[in-house]
Amino acid sequence: MLLASALLALLILTGAVWVVTLRNLFRAALSLGLVLLGVAGLFLLLEAEFLAFAQILVYVGAVLTLIIFAVMLTAKLQGSAAPASRQQIPAAAVSVGLFAALASATQPLVWPAAGSSAAVSLVALGQQLVTTLVLPFEVISLVFVAAAVGAIALAASGQSEDRQH
Amino acid sequence: MPVQPLLLLSHALFSLGVYGILTRRNAVGLLLAVELILNAAALNFVLFGRVFAHVQAQAFALFIIALAACEAVVGLAIILALSRHAKTVLADQADLLRG
Repeated sequence: MLLASALLALLILTGAVWVVTLRNLFRAALSLGLVLLGVAGLFLLLEAEFLAFAQILVYVGAVLTLIIFAVMLTAKLQGSAAPASRQQIPAAAVSVGLFAALASATQPLVWPAAGSSAAVSLVALGQQLVTTLVLPFEVISLVFVAAAVGAIALAASGQSEDRQH
Repeated sequence: MPVQPLLLLSHALFSLGVYGILTRRNAVGLLLAVELILNAAALNFVLFGRVFAHVQAQAFALFIIALAACEAVVGLAIILALSRHAKTVLADQADLLRG
């Protein structure tokens, strides 16, 4: 279990570094898929099976496909030469500083090891979603509808203007 | 499973996402970095939900995944509209509102 999580962590870190450094956006999107699969694997190891499969279904199945579509639709605008990224050294300093601050804040704390208590069951999660958390659950579905309608409206309005010109 | 290494992993994921947001010029690249940050948050939620055997942590991780999907859909629609109107996908060239 420890070995598996170490391998998954390695996969996630490598993929995440590729996501932010690769010049080719298509490859960056594919490495994001690597990161998402690794995180789903960690969810499985943390006994959150439902979340792991939701992650694969929603993220790898839908979001990644969308992003790859967007990369390909906008590919001719950015041309073959990807633009140089900006301010790499200050950005690296900021993110390393952020990592150091977060790590120094959390490393001294002591928590019981994950797995020392019983895992959360899927039944309990489902019951929470329709009892205590029913309001956020319904708001999420409203957000979904708003996002879908908004995305279609945004994309379609550009289309009709293109036709008028 | 020990908590601290996984916590360090999620810190690293978050910091790499911040690095990506600061350096990427392409708007799709920015979106990729935001997904990294959201995944770091979801990983933290699931990790501490497992440590404290708390149900609502998993529910909130589920909400993060759902909101990330919405964010990706709207973000990509905006990027496509931007690429049609301004003929660019670079975030620093989208300066239509500049005075």
